[in-house]
Amino acid sequence: MIDLADISKSYLMGQHSVHALSDVSLNIGQGEFVAIQGSSGSGKSTLLNILGILDTPDSGAYTLDGHVIENLSTSDAARYRNRFIGFVFQSFNLIHHKSALENVALPLYYQKVARKKRSRIAMEYLDRVGLADRADHKPAELSGGQSQRVAIARALITEPALLLADEPTGALDTQTSEQIMQIFRDVNDQGMTVVLVTHEPDIAAQARRSIVLRDGDIVSDLLNGSSLL
Amino acid sequence: MIDPLIEVADSLRTHKVRTALAVLTVAWGIFMLVLLLGAGRGIQNGVELQFKDDAVNSIRIYQGKTTIAYNGLPRGRSISYNNEDYRQVRAKVGHVDKLTARYYVGDNLVSYGGQQAAFDIRGVHPDHLYLEKTVITAGRYINELDLLERRKVCVIGVQVVARLFEEGEEDGPVGKLLEVGGTVCQVVGVFTDVGSRREEEAVYLPVTTAQLLFGGSDRLHQLMYTVGEASYQESKDSEQQVRTLLANIHNFSPEDERAARIYNNLDEYKKITDLFYWVRVIVAVVGVGTVLTGILAVSNIMVISVSERRREIGIRKAIGATPGSITRLIVLESVILTTVAGYIGLLASLGLLELLKATVPENEYMYQPDVNTFVVVAVTVLVIVSGTLAGYLPARRAAVIDPVEALQPT
Repeated sequence: MIDLADISKSYLMGQHSVHALSDVSLNIGQGEFVAIQGSSGSGKSTLLNILGILDTPDSGAYTLDGHVIENLSTSDAARYRNRFIGFVFQSFNLIHHKSALENVALPLYYQKVARKKRSRIAMEYLDRVGLADRADHKPAELSGGQSQRVAIARALITEPALLLADEPTGALDTQTSEQIMQIFRDVNDQGMTVVLVTHEPDIAAQARRSIVLRDGDIVSDLLNGSSLL
Repeated sequence: MIDPLIEVADSLRTHKVRTALAVLTVAWGIFMLVLLLGAGRGIQNGVELQFKDDAVNSIRIYQGKTTIAYNGLPRGRSISYNNEDYRQVRAKVGHVDKLTARYYVGDNLVSYGGQQAAFDIRGVHPDHLYLEKTVITAGRYINELDLLERRKVCVIGVQVVARLFEEGEEDGPVGKLLEVGGTVCQVVGVFTDVGSRREEEAVYLPVTTAQLLFGGSDRLHQLMYTVGEASYQESKDSEQQVRTLLANIHNFSPEDERAARIYNNLDEYKKITDLFYWVRVIVAVVGVGTVLTGILAVSNIMVISVSERRREIGIRKAIGATPGSITRLIVLESVILTTVAGYIGLLASLGLLELLKATVPENEYMYQPDVNTFVVVAVTVLVIVSGTLAGYLPARRAAVIDPVEALQPT
């Protein structure tokens, strides 16, 4: 499903080159639920950006669902993101002047799905996250948990191969976090591959597999409590 | 097609104040441009009206001296006209409407009762009335019968009346007998002239009478005619025919512009229309400048809009918006903004011009201000093209926004 081979990425910070990732190799199978842990600066965000085709590695190979992700034009990268990847962010990243329904439908707009059809499908996904009655509300009128559920509906509407979540519970209280994690578990149970980045061990513990990054290296990779390394 | 429009409408609605300001600047620019063009046309119409009313489309032919040796004849030969020239012009030149000659007698003593004074005496044809814009206030003008019978009659200006006649003179001057240059003539009419006061100090005699009384034989000093409704080109043709005709009769080179000095009033008219053409060009340049200012304002607003919407654009790109779709969104927004604004300005200015047309009475300063279809089409093209240009740079900036950067938590 996901195959990363010897991925390296460094950034220039003033005069110094900082290694965000060094020779990371990683294999994630179809239907896995993986948490990537690490402190700030461990390279986990870089890894997520590369997985999400928002960033390109300096070296190494990335294969997603059988497609080699290499030398894509920005337009092609956008199309791949649209077709294969659903994003969930810490700060929800809903478009504030659009209603919940319009936010959820937006990825289908970029697939040129007709407006009526988009709205119908978006309504189904809003219903799945239990927010059908909030369809016409603007993000400002939604609670944090509700906003994140709208964002998840938006990420799922294209039926992506991979759901990427960047600190999805970082802005939420414990109880709401629990609800959000439950949704991730549910979609994973239905076969969706989920990768989430977090620095909270108790959130990571709810995934089936937990990877820890430190200074651009994978330092542990555990499945159901047993080590893979 | 509908979807992007809804996206744009959505975005414009979100930023009402900004949208309103952008619309205002462009609308104002277009409003001023169209209004200026319309007013320019109105002033031109006014001047044209003045020309039509005042100086008839006349061509005047004066005597001259040859400056080119021709057919063995030397340079410096004086050319003078006679009755035959008058008849030939009438018979052979195109577009001749009203035609008159002038025989200048010059200043001569005119007396009535105890009063006498010198006045300008001219022999003329009946059509002279139209060429000089003479207005008869009493009696009549010179007529064909006067010429045929060489009647000793005269038409005198109101200034002549003022000098020779007592105020409250019984029955007025018409029918009274004057002594003109030693010959008794009967006054048949009194005139005023819209031209100068000097023109009203003239005494007109039938041209044949003047030639007879003042030893002119069949000589004429000047020919004048109008070309009626002829176009500028037709009047130039007519002018050329006169020159060729006179050159033939008097044996001078048709190229010799000094032998017969011909003045076409339409040349003056043409100069003024040409001037107004340039006035319109300048107005257009100034107006387009105003529009460009509006366009720059829109461009500026789009730049601000893009930077305010960095995050939104980042989100859109993350979920699959291609750079092209972002470019199109911003350009479309800019085009719609300028087009709507442009048409608001256009309609407002056309409305004002219509109002002026309906309310301002016919006058020589401003008459029927208007713009033609070309201006409307040009404005449409202008706003669409400039909207695209105004949107393009900001749109490119939006298209290259890096979603990773744009989505950094703030």
